[in-house]
Amino acid sequence: MNKDFKNHIEKSLSKNIRIDGRKNDEFRKITVETGIISTAEGSARVTCGDTEVIVGVKLDIGKPYPDKLDEGVLMTGAELYPLSNPEFESGPPREESIEIARVIDRGIRETGTIDVKKLCIEAGEKVWMINVDIAPINMDGNLIDIGALAVMAALKDTKFPELKDGVPDYKKISKKKLPISKLPIEITILKIGDTFLVDPTYSEEKLTDARLTVAILEDDSLCAMQKGGEEPLTQESIMKMIDIAIKKSKELRKFLA
Amino acid sequence: MAYNIRLDGRKFDETREIEAKAGVIKKADGSGYFRIGKTSAYAAVYGPKELFPKSMQDPKTGVLRCNYNMMPFSGAGERVRPGPSRRSKEISMVTKTALLPVVDLTDYPNAVVDVFIELPQTDAGSRCAGICAASIALADAGISMKDVVTAVSCGIVDKQVVIDLDYAEEAYEGGDVADIPVAMIPSTEEITLLQMDGNISRENLKKALEMVKEPLKEIAEIQRKALKDKYK
Repeated sequence: MNKDFKNHIEKSLSKNIRIDGRKNDEFRKITVETGIISTAEGSARVTCGDTEVIVGVKLDIGKPYPDKLDEGVLMTGAELYPLSNPEFESGPPREESIEIARVIDRGIRETGTIDVKKLCIEAGEKVWMINVDIAPINMDGNLIDIGALAVMAALKDTKFPELKDGVPDYKKISKKKLPISKLPIEITILKIGDTFLVDPTYSEEKLTDARLTVAILEDDSLCAMQKGGEEPLTQESIMKMIDIAIKKSKELRKFLA
Repeated sequence: MAYNIRLDGRKFDETREIEAKAGVIKKADGSGYFRIGKTSAYAAVYGPKELFPKSMQDPKTGVLRCNYNMMPFSGAGERVRPGPSRRSKEISMVTKTALLPVVDLTDYPNAVVDVFIELPQTDAGSRCAGICAASIALADAGISMKDVVTAVSCGIVDKQVVIDLDYAEEAYEGGDVADIPVAMIPSTEEITLLQMDGNISRENLKKALEMVKEPLKEIAEIQRKALKDKYK
């Protein structure tokens, strides 16, 4: 990016003005729809400005991990489809998409959002596997926050298929929902120059000096974090960023109600 | 038992409900959405842009590339493993040859036009839905085209010629089933994609190809309307 343009944006940001006219701590307009994919057991579409993400949840039955014989398995995948942005290319998943999937996965898994013990059918042999896939349709920034919100909305929407001779019958969906006990919300704070901002567009993300993603629970406790970007952060900055994230998480949580 | 009434109650020459939109993906140079029943497809066009590696460039004309992909949760049964498969590669190829006859890229030597097709949910007929969406996306991107390409399947379910088979009909066990995806240039009635899976007589094939013309022309109108509606 052109150096003068970057200077101009940094100057504007220090006056709390962004390219699209928003304030630094303001999200774009968010919409959430669930139950949009008939072939998935749970699904959601979340839009935030021009960013649009679909998440589908497929359930199947598999073997548990040898160290957790009585627990179901949650797997989160993300692919940056070349359809969603001119800079994404076909091919094996890149660092970027693996990071997005792993950060979202951590926010959900580590907190015990889903009671995985209730996904056990036969200890050591058969457990439910929850496959969550994040599919961006239009990528205009902030894929972690929007993807995580869509994942939670899709998990809340998920219903188990009925079992027939121990095999899922995808044509018969029961009313039984996933055992969800917590609702983590992920908020990413960007640091550009001396300014902190939320919900970056794709062009703002390119100016990132550093970023911090924080997953937050209902009681404002933190359940996952990830620092990104090439610049270091001071402890003071980190605490400031966490404060913004906690404040913003309350706004986003309303969409899961 | 003869197949007198279709499983979902449609008329024999009736397609499922269709929805089409243009310009649904803001980051793309052109885009389209096409849904037929429970099968839906997004298509995005990027380009014309310079093609790399240079050895793939054609100094006489731009090159069209198509990529068909099913999202992991788009199949009715188990999760579809992400990444290219033999099936998706073949469909990508026939999609390209279905679209090429209407597309003129001679103004863009050494360039490439990329078409990405993503299926969020499928209930048979996904390659046809992908072609319809791609055709809208190419027109939306302002690529020179002679006409839209329009596609739908026709075929046989237990001796009865039908249009737009869904998955339940493809899996019908009461008699022979043939599924024939067809893509057509509506203004010339030339066929740009023809595949067949199943068993059909010469006479019935002729009947099916005759019967599919009208629905294809109706779909073409829906595609054109989607493109116009973008500017409403």
